[in-house]
Parts: sequence; structure tokens; C-alpha cells
Amino acid sequence: MKIIILGAGQVGRTAAYHLAREEANDVTVVDTDERLLRELQDRIDIRTVQGNGATPHTLEMAGARDADMIVALTNSDEVNLVACQVAWTIFGTKTKVARIRSTDLTCSSELFVSTENGAPDKLAGFAVDMFVSPEEAVTNYIERLIRYPGALQVVDFADSRVRLVGLRALKGGLLVGRPLRELRVHIPKSDARVAAIYRKGESIEPEGDTVIQDGDEVFFVAATEDIRAVMSEMRKLEDPVKRVVIAGGGNIGFRLAQILEEQNQVKVIEREQRRARRISDLLRNTIVLNGDAADEELLVEENIDSADVFCALTNSEEANILSAMLAKQLGAHRVMALISRPAYADLMQTGPIDVAISPQTVTIGSLLAYVRRGDVVQVHSVRGGAAEAMETIAHGMRGGKVVGRPVEDIRLPDGAKIVTVVRNEQVIMAHHDTVIENGDHVILFLADKRHVEQVERLFQA
Amino acid sequence: MLAVLNVLGSMLMLFSVTYLLPMLVSLIYADGLFLDFVYAALGCLLAGAVLASATRRHKRELRSRDGFLLVSLGWVLMSAIATVPLMLGLPGLSFTDAFFEAMSGLSTTGATVLTGLDHMAPSLNLWRCALVWYGGMGIIVLFVAVLPMLGVGGMQLYKAESPGVVKNEKLTPRITQTAKALWFVYFLITLACIASLRLAGMGWFDAVCHGFSTIGLGGFSTYDAKIGHFDSPAIEFVLIVFMLISAMNFSRHFIAWQQKSLRTYAADIEARVMLWLIGLSTVGLALYLWVQGVYPSYWTALRHVAFNLVSIATDCGFVSQNYAAWPMFAPMWMLMLSCYCANTGSAGGGIKMFRSLVLFRQAVRELMLLVHPQAVTPVKIGKQVVANQVVFAVLAFVVLYFGVVVVLTFTLLASGLDFVSSLSAIIACVNNAGPGLGVVGPASNYQGLTDFQTWVCSLAMLLGRLEIFSFLVLFTPTFWRK
Repeated sequence: MKIIILGAGQVGRTAAYHLAREEANDVTVVDTDERLLRELQDRIDIRTVQGNGATPHTLEMAGARDADMIVALTNSDEVNLVACQVAWTIFGTKTKVARIRSTDLTCSSELFVSTENGAPDKLAGFAVDMFVSPEEAVTNYIERLIRYPGALQVVDFADSRVRLVGLRALKGGLLVGRPLRELRVHIPKSDARVAAIYRKGESIEPEGDTVIQDGDEVFFVAATEDIRAVMSEMRKLEDPVKRVVIAGGGNIGFRLAQILEEQNQVKVIEREQRRARRISDLLRNTIVLNGDAADEELLVEENIDSADVFCALTNSEEANILSAMLAKQLGAHRVMALISRPAYADLMQTGPIDVAISPQTVTIGSLLAYVRRGDVVQVHSVRGGAAEAMETIAHGMRGGKVVGRPVEDIRLPDGAKIVTVVRNEQVIMAHHDTVIENGDHVILFLADKRHVEQVERLFQA
Repeated sequence: MLAVLNVLGSMLMLFSVTYLLPMLVSLIYADGLFLDFVYAALGCLLAGAVLASATRRHKRELRSRDGFLLVSLGWVLMSAIATVPLMLGLPGLSFTDAFFEAMSGLSTTGATVLTGLDHMAPSLNLWRCALVWYGGMGIIVLFVAVLPMLGVGGMQLYKAESPGVVKNEKLTPRITQTAKALWFVYFLITLACIASLRLAGMGWFDAVCHGFSTIGLGGFSTYDAKIGHFDSPAIEFVLIVFMLISAMNFSRHFIAWQQKSLRTYAADIEARVMLWLIGLSTVGLALYLWVQGVYPSYWTALRHVAFNLVSIATDCGFVSQNYAAWPMFAPMWMLMLSCYCANTGSAGGGIKMFRSLVLFRQAVRELMLLVHPQAVTPVKIGKQVVANQVVFAVLAFVVLYFGVVVVLTFTLLASGLDFVSSLSAIIACVNNAGPGLGVVGPASNYQGLTDFQTWVCSLAMLLGRLEIFSFLVLFTPTFWRK
């Protein structure tokens, strides 16, 4: 697929990196900053074009004439919208994805008209087939993490009917120290499948007699309503979160406060006075504090020791790491930090910070799903991008490579496994003899991301 | 270092495939060298396999400094390996001479130490011309096109090998595709050249050899008298056209092919200046020779000047007349043109037209600033603004270029060669043009040099082909510091 990415900022860079890594994609990145482009080109095998991506001339230079897809990821909503419109009107680019930050715009869905299946009779809005909102995606992600205390990662599949949860098993969980097969005995009413276990960073193949140990990182899939029950098998269940402290009142911090303030006690610490004023005008039930999140006295004064969750969500990842560590030391029960660099995230995951959230891996999933071949519905990066969980729809006649076959007969590449099947809104945990039907939503876990293409080809029918 | 050797191993293995062509020719003409080529190919394959498997464990993504090492080592090693068929086929040929010949081929210089080409085995002649052809577009670029494993590393190799100033521009998003695209047009133009030569009256074998040699801008011929052997205006005309095409940027040719229109050439300032410079020089020099009484008629003078001047100016190096016998002004002017004329991204060598234009514009800018100290004057080539950084890089290149010419010329002088031969040999080798003047002039060749002088010339060719930086960087201490 020939893809043009507009914007070489953090989001654009990540998208370019992930898309170019897949052999089938030809990526061209457009930005106004030549230095960013040069740096990027030295690192990944892409072409770069300098210029304003919302102008026909620049788009043509970037190869818009035969591009299949344009992904506008600059930090300006207006530029992104115009670029998509230009690409459609002048070059007829088939697929157009725009990054939209403003909730005002994303809420007015009549503004966006999909032109993917040919032109509509009357174009009554911007020609945008899909929009991504990284801030929104990250906010929702954090919200799910807060809803399940103890989880390292929670991602949705099949319209939130199924969730993949990653957590660290701890003493006190009913299943810890016992073989996996006892799971069914412990909770006979609900069903779950363990997709992967990582022990000291190494992947272990989960079998019926695998014994879960204290400190293992476990990924399991279960129906949404069963998640809590299964989590209690892995570690002692914690009380639901009440008190949340958010460091940084930027886009993400503000949105999170908005979502949480109805049911929780929320405090937001924002350093800049004008921004603090502004968000306090918009929030109803939240205490907005004007100060430095790494100020020890402020944290103590605001009873950080009784906070259930501390989220460091500022723009600077270094500041996030430090303030989260400080909060942990001062007695915050659970601390999370927004960390972009994978190297930092790896450093922190075993240290005092409980959850490192990588905004890029959260954002990139929906985009990847859109680009992939086959009928891929969802793609989520797991464990900072090393592994991947994907949802894809099985098509084809019985007797094909997938449809009509029991799971054990499907020739998946190494490290890939079918975890769950969703058939007509019904969640079925995959066993070796589960037969895949036409139209099933199949949820797979890939321990090695490099095999993604093989899996796609398999399901392409 | 070991990772570089690993890639080098697989490149050698691939290189052994190129021996198939001379094998085929050897079978057709039954010149008795078939087995020699088989042995050489097997040796190459084996050497590559040993190198690749011995360093298998050190395989990793290439970094930018690996690119320089790999390209330089690759060129030296490839030239060394390419000597095997020559030495097997021509008993008595020393390694020094064989290496010179192979390097001269791969670097598209076209200077030769061999005589009796007319009676040499066809497969050997083809091998020499094929080397020119591989080297023209860049043998490493060819491997980048074929080896998918290189990834971003491919870009580093491409940058280190291909001539030019601004190397960040890719024709296509993937470097392997860019390399394939370039080789594709290169191949097409070669086919066109071979067909035209055949129509102009050459035999098939000569057409293929000269086609390779022309499009690579090498200048190897299958006759001692080179193009003078044919004495045919038609052949000379075809060669002139294709030498000029080859001296242009191959990216342009690709874009023209892709857009199926010649529009892109209109914006090509480099090519335009080159064509004007060559055109005016030809007309002027022909007039000069006619007035001097070298040729009886103006048209004869024009024909011979046109061919030999284009050939030297584009760094091809074919010869049809002993132009060294012309008044000194003429050959010196041609040698001077060979430094400047070839375009970036072409198969030619030298400083390149783009750099010359940048230098010229920079000089104009300085003059302008003397008059208007406050003036804001970017360096522009056509509509394209050249960043100051690029101007500095060009200046540094030219300093190094002349530094290399001076040092190597003095080395030859110290070894006992006369001045005209020394200077012209070094300029011809650094520019990858071919024939010089004096001892190494168009009527003779590089056979008369001592072993030491031959090695100096081999070094000059390598430096010229890799545009000095890529090779010289290996001799800086910072390169090797961990």
C-alpha cells in the first residue's frame, strides 16, 4: 500500500515507523521541518518531502497521484482536514485518515463524509474516512486501567464484549502457585483463556499444567463481565479506586478528569496558571491545583498518601517519571506515568512505577487495523510493542485454510495462537477442537510481531 | 566490522552470478576459457560463502559508518576477485596489471594496460566491458536492489556509493525500489544503445560490448585502435548521443519514463549547461583545429572533435583519433572539461556539473556581497535553493579533489614520470575518464607505467569513483574510535 503521512511529530513518526516496518507498505512522510525529516529518513526506509501537506503541490511531490492512503497527523486539526479534502478533490485518494484533537469536531459526525466506496451524490462535509484522536484513545486507555486496579494493560475487542488484560500475578491470588487448568474449577461460571505468560521478561507457553508464579506477567482474555473474577485469581483483588490525583492538566489530563469526576474524587495539578484557570472553569467536580507536580510539600499537603492512583500525564516524560516516583515514595498506592520512549518504559516497568503508558502504542492500533490486509478489526500492541493482539474476521468457504477447521488444524506461525472467538455476539473461548465458522471474529495473540503478515495472509481467504 | 564482512560475504556470493554471461559467450565462441570462468565463479562463490558463514553470528542492521567501510572494502575486494578470469585467461599478466584493469573497469575509467585486444578471447573482452557496466550504476546499488535484508542500511550504502551532492532524495519510498528503478532505466538505455550500434553497422558482439562500455561511461573497447577501428561516422554519432544521455542524471531518465514525457528535462539546469558547454567547445575547437591546419576541412575537424571531446568530457574515454598530436590547447581543454561536465547521479566522474555550478554561484555571491554587504543572496541552481551546508560540503569536496590530484601527481613525478603524463594520468584516473596524454595518451595506454605507478593510478580511480569522502573517511581516527 502506498501511504502518505503528514506530520513528522511524535504521532507521525510512530505511524511511519510501524507502517514502514511492514514490508508491503511504501511510506512517504511530509513535514515542514527539514531537520525532523532528515533524522527520520536516516532511521527508517521511507521517502520524505518537505513542504506544507495541505497544498496540492506538496501532495503531488509526495506521490499523491498513485497513493492509496493519506494519513494526516499534524498537530493542527485544520491542516489535517484541508489536506484530506485536497487529496480527495484533486487526486481522488481512496482512503483518508485525519487526526482530530478537538472534541467539538469529533462530536459532529456529519462533518465527515466517507468517500471510500466512491463519491457520494453530494459532498456535504470533509472527505475524511476515519479520524483518529490520540488524546482520546490514551484517555480511554487510562480510564480502563483505573477501572481495573492492578491491571497493566486493558484493551477491548469485539465492541468491548471481550477484553485482554495484562497484570502481574501476586501472592494472594487464588491461582498463584497452582496449575492453569484449575482455573475452570475455581470459577466454574465464567471462562477465560490465558494468552501469554512472561516470567522475568521471557515468554512462557501457557499449557494446562503451567504453574503461575508470584511476579509473572499474565495476559488473559475474558468476557468483559468476567474480568474482575478472573483478576482475583491472579492477585488479591483491590478495592475500586476512589481518590485520583492527576499531574498535568493538558489535553489528556483534562479529559481524564472529565470522565472520572462523576464517580471519583479527582485532583488535577497544573503548573501553568492560565491553563489551571481554564480547566477549572470547565470541570465541575474536580479540585484544580496550581503548582508543580514534583513539589513534595504540595503533594504531602494534598494527602498524596491516601491517593489510590496517581497519574503523571504532562508533556515531559522525564517530569512524569520523576513525579510518579516521588508520589510513590510519598505513599500513593498506585502510580502511572505517560512515557513515550520504549527504552524508558522498559527501565520503569520493574521499578517503582506501576504502569508505564506508551501513548504511541495506544494510538497506533486503530491506524494499523485500517492499513492491514484481510478483514482486521482491531490491533493492539502489547508489552510496549513486542507482541500484538489482533481481532480479525474469518471469511471463506468451509474447507479453506481457516474456516471449517478446528483450531488445532490451523497452521499458524510460531508464537501465534487463537485465543477467543466471538460468534453472533456470543463469546467462545477457543479450545483445540473449536471449529471456526464463516464470519467469526477471531482474537489472536502474537508473541512475535514479525509474523503478523503470515497471519493476515492466512485469514485473507 | 564483522557485520560488514557478513554482508560483504553475501555480496560476493551474488557477484559470482555475473560470471554466467562470459561463460555463455565463451561457449558460443568456443574460445577455451569456459572452465576458467567456472573456476573463477566457484572461487568467488566459495570465498563469499566462507566469509558469510564465518561471521554469521555478527549479523545486525547496518549503521551509517558501516556503509563507508562496506562500500570501500566491497570495491577493493570486488576488483581483486574480478582479476581471476583475467589472470587465468592471460598467462603472464601480473596481479598489479590485472587489478588495474579490473578497477579501471568497475570504476568506469576505461584505461587499459592490455594490448592485442583485437585477438583476445571474446569472453575476456566481454568480461572487461561487463565490469564497466556493473560499475556504472554502482555495483553496491545493484546489491541493494537485490538484497532485501539491508533495510535502512541500504540507504547508507546508496549514499556512500552513488555520486552526487544531495543524496537524501529517493525516487520511491523504499530504497530497494529506488535501486531497482535506477537499474531498470539503466538497463533499458543499454538495450537501446546496443540496438542502435547494431543498426549503425557493428556486429552483435561488438555492439553488446560497446553498449556496456558506453552506458557505463567506461571506454573499454574490443580493439586496440578503439573506435578508430570502425572509422564510421554513424557509429560515432550513435555513441555521442548515448554518451550524452549517460552523462545526465539517471533519476531524470526514470522520471521521464515514469511520466512518459520529456517535461522533466526542461527543468534540468545541469544537463542544459553541460550540453551548451560541450556544444560550444566542439564548434570552437573544430574551428581552431581547422585554422591550425590539423584537418583539411572544417567538417572533418568537427566530426573528430565532436567524438573525442564528448568522449573525454563525459568521462567515457573512447578514442577515434590520436588527439594528443593536436595542438596542446585542444587536449588540455578536453581534459579540463572532463573535470566538470558529468551530471550528478550519472555514470560519469569528476567534480560533477552540479558542484561546479554551486561553486560558480557561490563566487558570484561573494562578488555581490562586496558591492552590497547587506544583500540576502541564497545560492540558487535554477529555482532550487542550495542550503549553505551543501555549499560548504561542495567546497570541502573540491579542496579534497584538488588535494588528491596534487598529491598523486607529485607521487608520479617523484617516481620518474614526466609532468604532462603524470598530471594527465591522475586527472584522467580521478575523473574516471581513461586516456591521458604523453606516455598514457590516446595512441598508447597505461602499459608503460611501472608497477608502483600503476598502483597509484588504481588508487586514483577508486578515490574518484567513490567521490573521495567515502574512501578517505576510513583513514580518519574518529571513524575507528568506538
